[in-house]
Amino acid sequence: MSLAGFEVEVQRSKDDGGVVTEDMTLSMGPQHPSTHGVLRFVIRADGEVMKEAIPDIGYLHRSIEKIAEKVGWHGFIPYTDRVDYVAAMFCNHGWSFACEQLAGIEVPKRAEYCRVIADELCRIHSHLLSVGSMAMDIGAFTPFTHAIREREYLNDLFEELCGARLTFHYMRIGGVGWDLPTGWIDKLSHFLDRFEPLVDEYDRLISFNKIFVERLAGVAPVTAEEAIDFNLVGPNLRASGVRYDVRKDEPYSVYPELEFDVPIGTGEKGIVGDCFDRYIVRMREMRESCRILRQCITQIPDGPVIAKVPRNLKPPAGDVYVRLESARGDMGWYVVSDGTAFPHRCKIRTGSFSAISIVPKISRNLMIADLIAVIASLDLVAPEIDR
Amino acid sequence: MADLVQSLFAEATWVHYLVVALLFGAIVVFGLVLPIAGITTWVERRIMGRMQSRIGPNRVGPAGFLQWLADGIKNMLKEDIVPTAADGPLFRFAPYVVMVGFVGTFAVLPFTSALIIADLNVGILYVTAVTALVVVGILMAGWASNNKWSLLGGIRSAAQIVSYEIPAGLSIFPIVMLTGSLSMQEIIKLQGWAPWSWNLFANPFAFVAFFIFFVSALAEGNRTPFDLPEAESELVAGFATEYSGMRNLLFFMAEWGNLYVIGAIVTTLFLGGWQIPFTFESKVVQHLLEFATFFLKAYGVGVLVPIWLRWTLPRIRVDQMMSMCWKYLVPIAFVNLIGTAAWMIWSPVWLQVVTRMVLVVSAAAATMMFAHRVVYHLEYAKLTRAHLLFNPLATTRSPG
Amino acid sequence: MAMDAAGVHARLREKFGDVVGPLEASGRNASATIVPARIAEVGEFLKTDPALRFDCLSNLSGVDYPKQGHIQIVYHLFSYPHRHAFVLRVNAPRDNPQVATVSGVWSHADWQEREAFDLLGVTFDGHPDLRRILMPEDWPGHPLRKDFVEPESYHGIPTSRESLLKA
Repeated sequence: MSLAGFEVEVQRSKDDGGVVTEDMTLSMGPQHPSTHGVLRFVIRADGEVMKEAIPDIGYLHRSIEKIAEKVGWHGFIPYTDRVDYVAAMFCNHGWSFACEQLAGIEVPKRAEYCRVIADELCRIHSHLLSVGSMAMDIGAFTPFTHAIREREYLNDLFEELCGARLTFHYMRIGGVGWDLPTGWIDKLSHFLDRFEPLVDEYDRLISFNKIFVERLAGVAPVTAEEAIDFNLVGPNLRASGVRYDVRKDEPYSVYPELEFDVPIGTGEKGIVGDCFDRYIVRMREMRESCRILRQCITQIPDGPVIAKVPRNLKPPAGDVYVRLESARGDMGWYVVSDGTAFPHRCKIRTGSFSAISIVPKISRNLMIADLIAVIASLDLVAPEIDR
Repeated sequence: MADLVQSLFAEATWVHYLVVALLFGAIVVFGLVLPIAGITTWVERRIMGRMQSRIGPNRVGPAGFLQWLADGIKNMLKEDIVPTAADGPLFRFAPYVVMVGFVGTFAVLPFTSALIIADLNVGILYVTAVTALVVVGILMAGWASNNKWSLLGGIRSAAQIVSYEIPAGLSIFPIVMLTGSLSMQEIIKLQGWAPWSWNLFANPFAFVAFFIFFVSALAEGNRTPFDLPEAESELVAGFATEYSGMRNLLFFMAEWGNLYVIGAIVTTLFLGGWQIPFTFESKVVQHLLEFATFFLKAYGVGVLVPIWLRWTLPRIRVDQMMSMCWKYLVPIAFVNLIGTAAWMIWSPVWLQVVTRMVLVVSAAAATMMFAHRVVYHLEYAKLTRAHLLFNPLATTRSPG
Repeated sequence: MAMDAAGVHARLREKFGDVVGPLEASGRNASATIVPARIAEVGEFLKTDPALRFDCLSNLSGVDYPKQGHIQIVYHLFSYPHRHAFVLRVNAPRDNPQVATVSGVWSHADWQEREAFDLLGVTFDGHPDLRRILMPEDWPGHPLRKDFVEPESYHGIPTSRESLLKA
């Protein structure tokens, strides 16, 4: 049968009593009350148990990659915010980083520190939303509101820093847009003093709650081989036991000077790589981000925050592929320049795109309620998938 | 009520009885049931708000108290959408079936020693039977909506409610055995005002039966952690997805009002009902105090505790819920039943007294420990957070 | 043991000879051009050879070069066991771009090739389910091509709007 462009093979079976059973085809449609965005899954289910869950993407496709070819090197930065609006700093950073590599621009030290501070704050920002909405999807509404409350403080910090709460447009090619305001560092450390004990509070409130663990432990485990084969990145990959973090293994910016651990999933409540591991890795990463931020606060030097970059930038012809560790994992920016003022091609390879491609494989014979847990644990955001 | 009719009318025919009964029912429904359901929404939203670090409704009336009235009026004025492909008569009829299943229970709920609409001698059986009507309504709603997701929600809900009827019923039996009667007022009369005379502490099996009944009643009322039929993130509103306006409100009023019914039943069966220690000459004062006792107990256990649970706990999955019911609650409820019977036959009087004391003392100790922990955490929070109140507009690092 | 780009290239040449083009650029961006029809075998070798073990296809991009008359597919490979990287390029003629699929080698390629097909029109021989992924199923043309002209309307919805700034 056909369901909006899909040919879904419905299985009919006849049992001994002559009763004909047919699978039910459901559309977990583009509109649904979920924070993950405009995603659609076509589910072929036998009652509650899914035989197949096919993702249907493209509802949020805004042809950002084509727009890059039209607006030029500097003008593309606001568009990068929209590539992943939940963690916009990383996208800004990725584009700027790629352009700097192409054009051979050196970024001042203070700018790099500002970038790392913005990145790690954005990581906390994004993980709070991911963890909160995961709890909400499982049914616990209160941790979501607490996460949003903490995000409000972060939003205030960001607003003071760059004027925006969601789409920051903070970084520029060659540095960052504005220097840290006076007293902002104090407010940042004030926030960290408040936030670090609260991560423990979230753990007490929801992480090890028996019902929560039962819903997540052992659900849709992803082995390390599968994860690498499907190119899962970031917390999804680390939850499957692969110790790889772009910040540690191929460091960029000032990460070589910073000390932090990389949490990986150990199957503590179920199987390695199940939904619970993906959740708990994110919780622990938030603590590591706090550590990094504290080091940045003490180590940040004085100096200019942006290098001298010509307005009419024309990087020499060539291509470059840079990777940075975004909240959702290793985000790859493949940028091709042909020597003109406009990029020739910009390809953004995002973590959620690969993560959603593994959903049909790992969600076989799960229940529909588990599909929600899987989607939430993979931290899918539609803007990243569709661009 | 029969005497009331006879005292009013010289010749009382069945018409007089019917009219007085309907009038009485209308007073109770409009004066008590609907306001309870409505005010519970306000209570829930305020408590929910505070638990979630925010204020609940606070604009309509003092502390938002008239919010429920505003919601009711808004819903009545909303457009009544019936999907074209939906089964019209069934779709329109389903909310009323659910409401009947809910409001019908009020006929036997006691409020004071004299205030009860009908003290049926099968009181508690009647309650169990009438609340089962809700299943029919939910299935009708799920099917008639012509929406696969509503159907899923309806079927999940039907499976849940029907399954959890078993442990609930089985947990009522020990009390009925202890009392020897199904009548609500009888059950209360055979308890006393003091905690050690409640059915809750009569024997260890009744103690466990209380918790099993409470959990089963939560499941029957579709409350978190058992609210999978209306799981928002999956099914929008489950069986009630296609409903708008007043019909939608009727479903949810039934759910909130049901909390009070759960509380009233639990208070009747386990917590001593309206019994108060003293008798007063003035009937008014006596009944007022009895009503206050009953209402506070019923509201505390039946409404406040489920609200607390709902906003703390996540949702259980369908198969986990079913296995919990059939593999754990039903066997334990059976053991309770047989255990109570054995206890009644074989335990000597001194053992009964001692057990009551032990249970009361341990319950009191547990409550004290819990209160102590709550106070400790509040003090701890004040200590560690006082200097961390974050004011982004502050220019100096100032406390609070 | 991490191998540098020259070492990887040498090993590839050793095995496949002329199918593998000369080594271009250096360092992280070092790449080699492969014949389009043989990319699957090369990929299989790169994944399974113990010294190379490129078990991860980090990125698969399609780039349209109208002036050179070809569409280039760029494969960025990474090896988790050895922590080294390499880049492969494949040039397919613009009028009939056909490339062997590597979705049998790296599952990640499945969706990335669907995207390249959708946006650039490159056909991947042997792909299990080659259909549009981002654009609607009945969208005419391939949007990321340099000579793509947007259709006037789609199912009756016009794709352009009168400027609101006109007097």
